[in-house]
Amino acid sequence: MTEPRAADARPNTLRRTRAGKQSLARRYAAERRFRSYGLLAIGFALLSLALLLGSIIHRGLPAFIHHEVRLELHFDPVLLGIERATAPEAFAFADCEALLRASLQSFFPEARERRARRELFALLSAGAGFELCATLAAQPALLGSRGARSLPLSSDADRYFKGEVNAALPESERRLSDRQLAWLDALAAAGRIERRFAMRFFTGGDSREPELAGVLGALVGSFWTLLVTLLLSFPVGVAAAVYLEEFAPKGRLIDLVEVNINNLAAVPSIVFGLLGLAVFLNFFGLPRSVPLVGGMVLALMTLPTVIIASRSALLAVPPSIREAALGVGASPLQVVMHHVLPLALPGILTGAIIGMARALGETAPLLMIGMVAFIVDIPGGPLEPASALPVQVFLWADSPERAFEARTSAAILLLLTFLVAMNLTAVLLRSRFERRY
Amino acid sequence: MIVLTALLLLLVVTLAFETGRRRAVTLAVDTPRSLHSRPVYHGAFVALCGGLPALFVLLVWLIAHAAVVEQLVLAQLPEALRGQQPERVALFLAEARGIASGHFENQRAAPELVAAAADFLRFSTFSLRLLPVVVLLVALAGFMASLPRCTPALRAQRRVEKILRALLAACSGVAVLVTIGIVLSLVFEAFQFFLRVPISEFLLGTHWSPQTAIRADQVGSSGAFGAVPVFAGTLLITAIAVLVAAPVGLYSAIYLSEYARARLRAVVKPALEVLAGVPTVVYGFFAALTVGPTLRTLGEQLNLSVASESALAAGLVMGVMIIPFVSSLSDDVIRAVPQSLREGSLGLGATPSETIRRVVLPAALPGIVGALLLAVSRAIGETMIVVMAAGLAANLTANPLEAVTTVTVQIVTLLTGDQEFDSAKTLAAFALGLLLFLVTLLLNVIALSVVRRYREQYD
Repeated sequence: MTEPRAADARPNTLRRTRAGKQSLARRYAAERRFRSYGLLAIGFALLSLALLLGSIIHRGLPAFIHHEVRLELHFDPVLLGIERATAPEAFAFADCEALLRASLQSFFPEARERRARRELFALLSAGAGFELCATLAAQPALLGSRGARSLPLSSDADRYFKGEVNAALPESERRLSDRQLAWLDALAAAGRIERRFAMRFFTGGDSREPELAGVLGALVGSFWTLLVTLLLSFPVGVAAAVYLEEFAPKGRLIDLVEVNINNLAAVPSIVFGLLGLAVFLNFFGLPRSVPLVGGMVLALMTLPTVIIASRSALLAVPPSIREAALGVGASPLQVVMHHVLPLALPGILTGAIIGMARALGETAPLLMIGMVAFIVDIPGGPLEPASALPVQVFLWADSPERAFEARTSAAILLLLTFLVAMNLTAVLLRSRFERRY
Repeated sequence: MIVLTALLLLLVVTLAFETGRRRAVTLAVDTPRSLHSRPVYHGAFVALCGGLPALFVLLVWLIAHAAVVEQLVLAQLPEALRGQQPERVALFLAEARGIASGHFENQRAAPELVAAAADFLRFSTFSLRLLPVVVLLVALAGFMASLPRCTPALRAQRRVEKILRALLAACSGVAVLVTIGIVLSLVFEAFQFFLRVPISEFLLGTHWSPQTAIRADQVGSSGAFGAVPVFAGTLLITAIAVLVAAPVGLYSAIYLSEYARARLRAVVKPALEVLAGVPTVVYGFFAALTVGPTLRTLGEQLNLSVASESALAAGLVMGVMIIPFVSSLSDDVIRAVPQSLREGSLGLGATPSETIRRVVLPAALPGIVGALLLAVSRAIGETMIVVMAAGLAANLTANPLEAVTTVTVQIVTLLTGDQEFDSAKTLAAFALGLLLFLVTLLLNVIALSVVRRYREQYD
């Protein structure tokens, strides 16, 4: 009878005495606090991610919509300043703006004096006349006819219809005057304003006018840059990994190479830009701002990533496969080329795609080699001046005009879409083809 | 022309491969057993013997092309022009090159400029026309020399494998070359800079205003290169970033590795890695347009003057960026601590948090320090966030609400836009770059060796 009492007396002192209870409560409270710190930390990280993505999506989505105005036009050759029978080239010199002005004027006959007229025409995008001329050049039969056309509004007018202009502000603090707002309201009341998907954002090059600026030029520039990067860093990286993992003799020299590669992977990207500037541009005299040089710099930067990923993929191939191949008489090179490399390929490709994704998002080295120029044309090859998608983001983010803010966010969304697609491909590749031995 | 040369070379190499293979087959048609290697290797041997030297010549030619043409044009210039200062000659050559490539209008250009442009065009066309001829000749010479050696007794496989192995080794040497290239180019340019500005002034001076004037009589024409405010700004922003990232990253890692269920872990870990995959230019945009203005309004409500490009905004966002570096590396090292240590502590009656604080973390400390060092090195070298969200003017202050500038910001502002290459202003960027490289290298070496030594301890 006494034994059980003696047995549970000792362990329970902690729970029975007052001091013991307090100490336990304190320790349990500390435990709960510690856990909640962990949850708080994770919450903070996830909240930051959500804020980051949320703010960019919120800002970027409006850029995919653009408002256009439908105007009744009379393609009057006299007003255009060209004769009916002229060659198509003449349309380049046609005064299409005059047509637009005439049409707007007939809609708002009260705007007579110089300033009012200028304000009225400022509602249209600066590229509207140019676009009209391009349509005319494509369809010369339109000359002399009448018809309605949809033309882009200026970015300020577009922002008004998106509800981003505060009409309650005093007139001097707005980019649109009271008169302009009244005209826009009148146009909307007449059913002339149309919401459209902003195709120009995907088909245009860079522009000083936000409503005309597009990402195609930057996208094509990024494509050429990444192509050069891939062509250089993939073969060299895989070859280096094969040598280090399969053939290299163990020794000081190889240790040095390994340490070197690991450190190279952590060198700040801007230093690679400095290298490109000093060596490729100034020493070898390659042209500035071209995707070829950008691709070369990014290739040097991604090389360590490709080497490290390829090495771990090669390491994952079990030695039994090498031994079996050697056993049936294959030479060491044949073992690697015919057996090890094909088995390691999914892992190598995964590493290469992740390296490419990092190269796609990299900006700083490209700034160093001059890929920050304002370039309107779509680059036709790796030797033509170009910018790249992240650089375009940087350029637009720097622009003082408010309408570029939405463009910047939209370009970021596009960039993120590409990155997600690349990383998903890598994950799929790994899960589909990776073998476990 | 270059593409044509490459295609021609490819064609010739394919032909050579076929010839070599056929030759081996025909030579051994009666006695197939006498062939040491399979015919494919004979073909590859011939192709490599011609193709490799030709490829080498092609690459060297392309590298040297621009410099050689420039020297030739220079030699044609009249004496009066050549005797000028080097900068003027360089400008002249650049203009001539522009006219030759059709980028500039040559209506009003001086006659000697037009002549030089014509020379440019002439020499460069000649060089590019000569290129395929020389490359093909080299390739053919290689084939002619190697084809007679294709006898059945030739150990073609051995030779081909030797060559390929050497190529593989050369590729792994590229990484070393890159490092040497970085060091040499940075040291060379930085040395030029230190010839103009004494190294002590650069490292210890407290006044930084690198805008050297064009005319000698302008205000501030000298330019000042005391980099201490720039270092201080970098340290301030890095410190803020680490203050954010270290607790958040560490506590996330502890929770994920010690408390979280597998399902939570499977969701949160990839989400944290997304933070690492977001391009830095996106963080920069976020810092400049969302965080900066928000802090400013907050400061106004608290009656604090917050600069719109405050160090706090850049530091906070940079801290968020390096959270995944800290958390995933710490997660690895915490999981590497042997389970027996935890069980021992729990068995003695310690609560899980006591176990973590008193046993697991001390055991994992070296690895965690390594992770933090890597994160610091990442923060110091980070460029886009600070370029977009931190200030441009050097400002020696410890107040996180003011605008400061960093090493990377200065490199970018000194080197973007039009520049003459030899001014102290552009060279200063290389001096900063050298310092950046050395500091991050030092941090990485320490961190990697700490992590490695730690790993060995428990393996």
